[in-house]
Amino acid sequence: MAFNSELAKKLVEIYSPSGNENNIRNFIMDEIKDYVDEIEIDPLGNLIGRKKGKGKKIMIAAHMDQIGLMVTDIDDEGFLRFTNIGGISPFISLGQKVIFENGTVGVIFSEPVDNMGKLKLENMFIDIGVSNKEEAVEKINIGDICVYESGFSENDNVIFSKCLDDRIGCFVAIEAIKKIKSSNNDLYFVFTVQEEVGLRGARTSAYKINPSLSIAIDVTSTGDTPKAKRFAVGLNKGTAIKVKDNSILTHPKVKNLMIEIAEENNIPYQMEVLEFGGTDSGAIHLTRDGVPTGAISIPTRYVHSTVEMASKKDINSSVDLLVKLLEKSIEK
Amino acid sequence: MKTEDFLKILSDSHGVSGYEYKIKDTIISAFDKYSDEIRTDNLGNIIAIKKGTLSNNKDRIKIMLAAHMDEIGLIVTDIEDGGFIRFSTIGGIDPRTLLGQEVIVHGKKNLFGIIGAKPPHLQEEAERNNSVKIEDMSIDLGLDRKDIKNIVQIGDSITIKRELIKLQGNRVTGKALDDRAGVVTLYECIRKLNTINHHPDIYFVSTVQEEVGCRGAATSAYNINPDIGIAIDVGFGSTPELPKEDTLEMGKGPGITLGGNIHPGLREKLVSVAKDYNIPFQLEVDPGPTGTDARAIQITRQGIPTLCISIPLRYMHTSVEVVDLKDIENTAKLLTFFISSISNENLEGLLCY
Amino acid sequence: MLLEKLTEASGVSGNEKDVRDIIIEEIKDYVDEIQVDKIGNVIAYKKGENSFPKLMITAHMDEVGFIITDIDDSGLLKFTTVGGIDERILVSKPVIVGKKQIPGVIGAKPIHLQKKEERLKALKLEQLYIDIGANSREEAEDLISIGDYAIFYSEYIEFGNDLIKAKALDNRVGCSLLIDLIKENTKFGFYAVFTVMEEVGLVGAGPATYTVEPEISIILEGTLCSDSPETDEHLIPTKLKKGPAISLIDRTTLFNINFRKYIVNIAEKNNIPYQFRKTSFGGNDSGKIHQTKEGSITTTISVPCRYIHSPISVMAKEDYENTFKLLKSILSEIKKGDF
Repeated sequence: MAFNSELAKKLVEIYSPSGNENNIRNFIMDEIKDYVDEIEIDPLGNLIGRKKGKGKKIMIAAHMDQIGLMVTDIDDEGFLRFTNIGGISPFISLGQKVIFENGTVGVIFSEPVDNMGKLKLENMFIDIGVSNKEEAVEKINIGDICVYESGFSENDNVIFSKCLDDRIGCFVAIEAIKKIKSSNNDLYFVFTVQEEVGLRGARTSAYKINPSLSIAIDVTSTGDTPKAKRFAVGLNKGTAIKVKDNSILTHPKVKNLMIEIAEENNIPYQMEVLEFGGTDSGAIHLTRDGVPTGAISIPTRYVHSTVEMASKKDINSSVDLLVKLLEKSIEK
Repeated sequence: MKTEDFLKILSDSHGVSGYEYKIKDTIISAFDKYSDEIRTDNLGNIIAIKKGTLSNNKDRIKIMLAAHMDEIGLIVTDIEDGGFIRFSTIGGIDPRTLLGQEVIVHGKKNLFGIIGAKPPHLQEEAERNNSVKIEDMSIDLGLDRKDIKNIVQIGDSITIKRELIKLQGNRVTGKALDDRAGVVTLYECIRKLNTINHHPDIYFVSTVQEEVGCRGAATSAYNINPDIGIAIDVGFGSTPELPKEDTLEMGKGPGITLGGNIHPGLREKLVSVAKDYNIPFQLEVDPGPTGTDARAIQITRQGIPTLCISIPLRYMHTSVEVVDLKDIENTAKLLTFFISSISNENLEGLLCY
Repeated sequence: MLLEKLTEASGVSGNEKDVRDIIIEEIKDYVDEIQVDKIGNVIAYKKGENSFPKLMITAHMDEVGFIITDIDDSGLLKFTTVGGIDERILVSKPVIVGKKQIPGVIGAKPIHLQKKEERLKALKLEQLYIDIGANSREEAEDLISIGDYAIFYSEYIEFGNDLIKAKALDNRVGCSLLIDLIKENTKFGFYAVFTVMEEVGLVGAGPATYTVEPEISIILEGTLCSDSPETDEHLIPTKLKKGPAISLIDRTTLFNINFRKYIVNIAEKNNIPYQFRKTSFGGNDSGKIHQTKEGSITTTISVPCRYIHSPISVMAKEDYENTFKLLKSILSEIKKGDF
């Protein structure tokens, strides 16, 4: 199966930090509108595309927000101070280019620090290349949010870019929407908001939909880089079926169903036991009286950097697994 | 079945958070004959219902009793060449308690293994002062990797191999008494309720995933939407190194929790029931949301008036937890008398702020 | 004066009765519906000519404080903190304990008897106790029970240039604003919700929101103000006398951007000074409110308060007045589909 690089590239290049997901929502809406029966946007901004079926309600969640930096202060010289939206590392941020919604570009640097180990976001600033506060406020206000700016690259094997977390999950969901031939299930594809700040969009959309089963699609870390912390997930070893992270212990029935389908269809897979982090599945499975929930993870190196890296084969395996799972009639 | 026998069966059984289905049948078969209805829900909570006998009123009060059936444990993270299993924890485990333990790896079948330790002869002096980290431990199954791979998968659960032992007097020691002692208390309570009449419908819930964040209590409370929620969990039993005000004495009755998580009117009623029936009790103060299922129940839906009762337990989260059977008996008694004291007529008054 | 009465009342998280009673007494003649829910939140509804969208305004009633955990043989009380209190501020403070409002003190070892290195170490909670002057456990038990709550003893005092010093300005100032707003004749109908147990983990707000199902919520707070000269300008969360603080983001909420802009616009149009709360630290009831059920839009408007979570928090009267003005302006303008 060929890899749809064009779609992946478009998805990662759209500006949409948590709390301001307009652009990506519009893009995805356009991509899926011909393939779903209903489209809805809920109060927090989640995009819900429904493919109607007579069977059980299944919710598929991929988050469309990305980590960012919010401006909290503008000084007299026009330097911007900021706080993080989601998991922003000071070390990765140092020297990065950032871009605002209106296209204003800046660079992140820091006050002089004696010990780089003690670098903190509160000692860092964004320089947008203006001479004073007046010039700055013509472009930027307190409360505006910027995101890392970096290109999309690929080779035969992998893609690398910012915000594969979780635009690549959105990619998997979109590809699945297009590829599903027939399903008896009532499918709700939810492109969630505000995952990076606490699984917030998934929580409210799951309440609204009240599904019988749910699958979240997100990236996971890997343990296959030099001297990485021991972790059995690696690139090119297939899609990852989540067993646990800090937000969920996958429902055994859902986990076993995913394994069974992967085996039946010769889809390469690996098991993921993550000792930290969480995904939308964590919020979804605790909704109302509980929702059996699983997660399909795309092994990704260097998560929350500008050079996140994932394997094309793993991404395609994730699409295959999701499609086969959703085409199967879910009874209980 | 005697209390002690059921406690032994449950303590010796295995059901780490997320893997409680392994003890589901055991619990269902114990509660079944005393319940009007029994079911498991979406996340695996077991809900046994004993209907009120004193009124035909359709709007009978619902009381939910929650004791969690999960236990802390380990999980397979990798299978290495040489047949060693790497693992991580589920729930709060002190890594220092793991060295030299016998374990059971729950693969396609149960495999016996040991968590080895480096012989003291090969250790540097300084090394001995530091505890061993979990990532440096492994489980030796005595098998080759390829044989293991057919039986064990990444993500399988692991428990400590331990059987309940009787100590002096009424004390017993075993693993997972946190909170299988609570489940046994529910069992004692439902049996007692079969011998008396009572107004409210009682939902006996053996909850899942308490040890990873009271998850089962949240969803089962949503499902049941009770008028009163009561968590039955364990409390820190007193030992010489712990401050007196943070602990409960063994054998001196259940701890009744005070604090923001607890409805003040119901708690006063609970205390007065204990006094009226001469059931020994102790007080336990917790300033905010407790570390028990009561935490999740209180904030369910429109808010649920909640109580928390603790069975004193020593050495919490080790494989040699100790409880006093008398405390279990007294907790069950207290619950039973409390239930029999609640009716549609007096509830509103008790809940009034 | 209302704020004086509110700040001097006892309302430690989980024991909000006194504050709740004052609030109910104050508002009952001005609202159309009022109930205390099953965990102690006050939920009131005030009708208006115009009542779309469904608006909820909230303030938490509780304050940080203490709970008695044990009484020792000599009649001294062991206690623990309820909510986030810096243990270093406890020494040498008077407190009031229990329903009978028994005065007591948190004492300290005389400086004469301390070793030099002792003085450099902060005193830990385990080393502290409350002395009510009782001679024995029995004597203390006549007045105090385990589980009783205690508060700082601190009078409401006006001082300096129109400043107010009191305990519990976080969040009696929010309660006071909300009460004043209820008494004001606004065209807009809204739910007024006074929540319990915000300080110990936003406990009350979720269930109250579950009941009300608002489309939009305004959370009123007394918030962090630290404008001392040694702080870098960009690290000052809010400043005194610079008007109501509008939140951007905190640990629990990314406040809705359009609603924020709408409020800023109203402030500017009406010449009401305002500032942004320039820190992402902390969190408030909004965290639960905006994620309840299908989700909703929230904002937080706060009166800056110096030294919160201590017996001597400080605010400026003009900030209160400007916050009130802003709230009134919002209520007179808001319409369905505005943002």
